[in-house]
Amino acid sequence: MKDCQPIITVRGLANRFGEQVIHENLDLTVCRGEIIGVVGGSGTGKSVLMRSIIGLQTPDEGEIEVLGENMVGRTEDEAKNIRRRWGILFQNGALFSTLTVAENVEVPIREYFPYIKPPLLDEIASYKIAMGGLPPDAGPKYPSELSGGMVKRAGLARALALDPELLFLDEPTAGLDPISAAAFDELILGLQKRLDLTVFLITHDLDTLYAICDRVAVLADRKVIAVGTIPELLALDHPWIQEYFNGPRGRAAADTAREHAEA
Amino acid sequence: MRILGALTITRAASINREIDAEADPLVIDLSGVERMDTVGAWLVYRAVRDRNAKVVGASPEAKSLLDQVAEFDKPAKVRPEEGASFFRILAELGEWIVESGRTLVGLLGFFGATLIGFANVVSRPKRFRWNAVVQRFDVVGIRALGIIGLMSFLIGIVIGQQGAVQLQQFGAEIYTINLIGRITVRELGTLMTAIMVAGRSGSAFAAQLGTMKITEEIDAMRTIGVSPIEALVIPRMIASVVMMPLLAFWAMLMSLLGGGIFVWLSLGIPPLTYVQRLQEVTPLTDLWVGLIKAPVFGFIIALAGCFQGMLVESNSEEVGLRTTTAVVQSIFLVIVLDAVFAVFFSSIGWG
Repeated sequence: MKDCQPIITVRGLANRFGEQVIHENLDLTVCRGEIIGVVGGSGTGKSVLMRSIIGLQTPDEGEIEVLGENMVGRTEDEAKNIRRRWGILFQNGALFSTLTVAENVEVPIREYFPYIKPPLLDEIASYKIAMGGLPPDAGPKYPSELSGGMVKRAGLARALALDPELLFLDEPTAGLDPISAAAFDELILGLQKRLDLTVFLITHDLDTLYAICDRVAVLADRKVIAVGTIPELLALDHPWIQEYFNGPRGRAAADTAREHAEA
Repeated sequence: MRILGALTITRAASINREIDAEADPLVIDLSGVERMDTVGAWLVYRAVRDRNAKVVGASPEAKSLLDQVAEFDKPAKVRPEEGASFFRILAELGEWIVESGRTLVGLLGFFGATLIGFANVVSRPKRFRWNAVVQRFDVVGIRALGIIGLMSFLIGIVIGQQGAVQLQQFGAEIYTINLIGRITVRELGTLMTAIMVAGRSGSAFAAQLGTMKITEEIDAMRTIGVSPIEALVIPRMIASVVMMPLLAFWAMLMSLLGGGIFVWLSLGIPPLTYVQRLQEVTPLTDLWVGLIKAPVFGFIIALAGCFQGMLVESNSEEVGLRTTTAVVQSIFLVIVLDAVFAVFFSSIGWG
């Protein structure tokens, strides 16, 4: 990718849980304005990589820089500045179960801008909910009353609350039906274009990869074995990559993507 | 008005005030804006929508942001509707009564379901998971020995010390032994053990089953054909019914030990005298009273814990709530039953 302006830089990352080595000498650079998809078999440490980048997991070795700031060994105060500039959608939504959807969206705004008055706050929450693709009547509902797809959308609305520059999505389309998944892809692509977002996307969904990702990073053998556009990855001769993209599902997704492009 | 610099969430409150302070007709000049986010766009859009404000000097990016927030202008409520406070309190009271009635009926139903489960286990004992029961014996009984022993030992000392202070006034310190012997064996050994088991195991039962309910483990069991009552509830009940008398006996011994050490060191009554005197003043019926109550308390604790755990429906907050209820309910029921037992045993002459 030409003129890459790095927004996330990971150098020599190592993560171990006891005897089990998850990452060893892992490098990854994410450029401003791109949607990067992270793929890998189950247990290759995709979520651990995301948790390391966002500071929920202290790596055993390595350097991580996000938005120009060092993430390893910094104090809680320093981290606050960065936390304001990113939004995170967890795999299961991670909505606060005692708050309504709208109150969930308001949490980050209240935390950083306590002087914004409730009427304005409620209006902001309202259009963030609409932005996340939820109907207005979802606002006063509690997370336990929502379907899986709505929980993801509500999580996205909360992640977007502070107009982040950087969005982390952990398997956003997992567990959604194909129609909702496609709608979710569209939504993310649309938001990314309009709000000039950088998106770090963990996914198993081949359709999502073809539909919205600018580049794909492949995790295997404890590191990122390749980063590039899908055609670039297909040109590589790694067995896992070949199997992943050229397996029956990979081909089907590629066909769909081609048809869409032609239509 | 002309907005300069950043039109973002950081300045949202002050810009909102400025816009409100401007008189109609309002013209907003965005040519000096360097950076705008959706919150800024929302403030401008709102002025356009509500006050027919004119926007001039907007850059193409700003225009697209304004269009975008306009597209998402769908007012949503933030909280569920609440009625007037009087009716709300009335409604809450009604809900509480209905809920209490349902809980009582539910508890009865759950009791019935466990009886059926017991019958199934008895008719097909080979299919029953005895391993699970043994494991519960360990968790409920053996692992509680330390804390219950220590607690009872200290209670023995406290009873001895408090009793001695009062009885010394009459020169009747020797009766401290009567006090220690009778109160620990008849009442406190069992009661304190029940409270400790309710706090330790009753709460654990509720939390474990509640979590399994949320993660759909219990649904998975049902679909496989394993009865959750037989696999989860009955082992816990057997464990707490069997372990309670044993723990209560252990608690009595430790209390007697604590009291004995106290009277030896503080009142100078040698251990041999203490034991002889205990034998003379504590009737065997006291031990029976204590030990008969124990399995009943154990059953109540397991019943309340498992029942509350199985009631968990939706979210993790409910697990905490149900766990609290389980402990409160079981301790309350234990004390009520203890009072009933006290009346019963004295009326059959085991006073």
